Amino acid sequence: MAKYLLLKHYRGAPASVNDVPMDQWTPEEISAHIQYMNDFAARLEAAGEWVDGQALAPEGTFVRYDGEGRPPVTDGPFAETKDLIAGWMVIDVDSYERAIELAGDLSAAPGAGGKPIHEWLEVRPFLTAPPAITDLPPA
Amino acid sequence: MNEVLLRSLTPGVLGILVRRGADFAAAEDAVQDALVEAVRVWPADPPRDPKGWLVTVAWRRFLDATRADAARHRREDLLDEEPPPGPAPAVDDTLQLYFLCAHPSLTSASAVALTLRAVGGLTTRQIAQAYLVPEATMAQRISRAKRTVSGVRFDQPGDVATVLRVLYLVFNEGYSGDVDLAAEAIRLTRQLAAAIDHPEVAGLLALMLLHHARRAARTAPDGSLVPLAEQDRGRWDTGSIAEGVEVLQAALAWDRLGEFQAQAAIAALHADAPTAEETDWVQIVEWYDELTRLTDSPVVRLNRAVAVGQADGARAGLAALAELDPSLPRHAAVAAYLHERDGDLATAARLYAEAARQAPNLPEHDHLMRQAARLNARPRR
Repeated sequence: MAKYLLLKHYRGAPASVNDVPMDQWTPEEISAHIQYMNDFAARLEAAGEWVDGQALAPEGTFVRYDGEGRPPVTDGPFAETKDLIAGWMVIDVDSYERAIELAGDLSAAPGAGGKPIHEWLEVRPFLTAPPAITDLPPA
Repeated sequence: MNEVLLRSLTPGVLGILVRRGADFAAAEDAVQDALVEAVRVWPADPPRDPKGWLVTVAWRRFLDATRADAARHRREDLLDEEPPPGPAPAVDDTLQLYFLCAHPSLTSASAVALTLRAVGGLTTRQIAQAYLVPEATMAQRISRAKRTVSGVRFDQPGDVATVLRVLYLVFNEGYSGDVDLAAEAIRLTRQLAAAIDHPEVAGLLALMLLHHARRAARTAPDGSLVPLAEQDRGRWDTGSIAEGVEVLQAALAWDRLGEFQAQAAIAALHADAPTAEETDWVQIVEWYDELTRLTDSPVVRLNRAVAVGQADGARAGLAALAELDPSLPRHAAVAAYLHERDGDLATAARLYAEAARQAPNLPEHDHLMRQAARLNARPRR
């Protein structure tokens, strides 16, 4: 069993096949898309594979420490930032192959014209707790 | 009241319900209800016969649920047939439950969850917490698993190897969450070993005990991993080691070697060494040869290369490593270690950093990154 993050980008992923921005879909197409996402999550839960899902606002702020006694420095959003994460799902599945299969299903969510978006999703394995029986050299 | 003691009664009680004709899924729910009730009621009013109490309450819950399902005629049939509560072939039932919960039609995650609930008596919430998933997800996983095995006849003989794989997975999950899964795996394997004479069951139990014995020494107070060679052997649990060695010796006496016995033998040789330097690496290499013969696993060959490096020198270890696929998990970590022992610190540092990037878990990542940093911090000549 392993957890994977399915990462959805506003920006930074390769272009989707059906690459029409959402604001140019019909309202019905938007509803169909949202319905697909909800159904997908419900199916994952019924399969015992669902952990979490969240969406992020597109606007964010960069923050950094600026020294003792000073308020943090904020900056951005940076228009040139390559990567902009839109949201994620966390799944708990039996294999990497299953994670890929599910990401493929999720990428089939309908967009403009009711056709699948074929959106590129990023699949990232979680770093886990160490197993009880490890073989760290030289053990 | 001892919760573990209470849970140890679970498989026997469940077995009785199933033998009385309850279907597995409904019986399992009823036993869970009875366990929850016991936790509530027993502290103030402990029963004289805990198992009999659980059977009675679980059976009543089962009948209530059956009634609610409007399966009235079936319930009445069952009521007519209800046998007197009393001793039942508990050992066989326990074994059958292990087989059912590890049935080959289940995915490993489902088999693990079902085993922990139906054999281990853990609640869905506890299992969900242990595996860091929402309770609703775990509930679905368990009910799907029950549906999957609902058509399997309870008295069908199963495969011990699948059961052992499930128990190994539970043990290896480690110790996140409230439930100590390693301790639970040991308890369940011990219970299985009592139900069936099988050298590999004993081998797995020995393997778990011998690794569990080192648990306190494996982690520094800051949570970082301590490699075997640097562990404070005074913190190893000598009781657990003694039991593991005893169980292993009994298993080996059957003269039917299997991979768990061989792995346990290696763990026993480590446990037996008063210091890391006194480890009998020559014998360990021999056991890895046995393991290679038994499993032909590339992971075993990788570990064998480490042992060869200890027994015959880093060059010999590197030669053994050269025969293996570099894409194997932890290959870079082993290569780094052997190159460091061989005196090639620059290569070792580069490989430790590469190994860190490939590490499957955070403590290993941090450990390997520290190794790279340690070598990189040395003055260059």
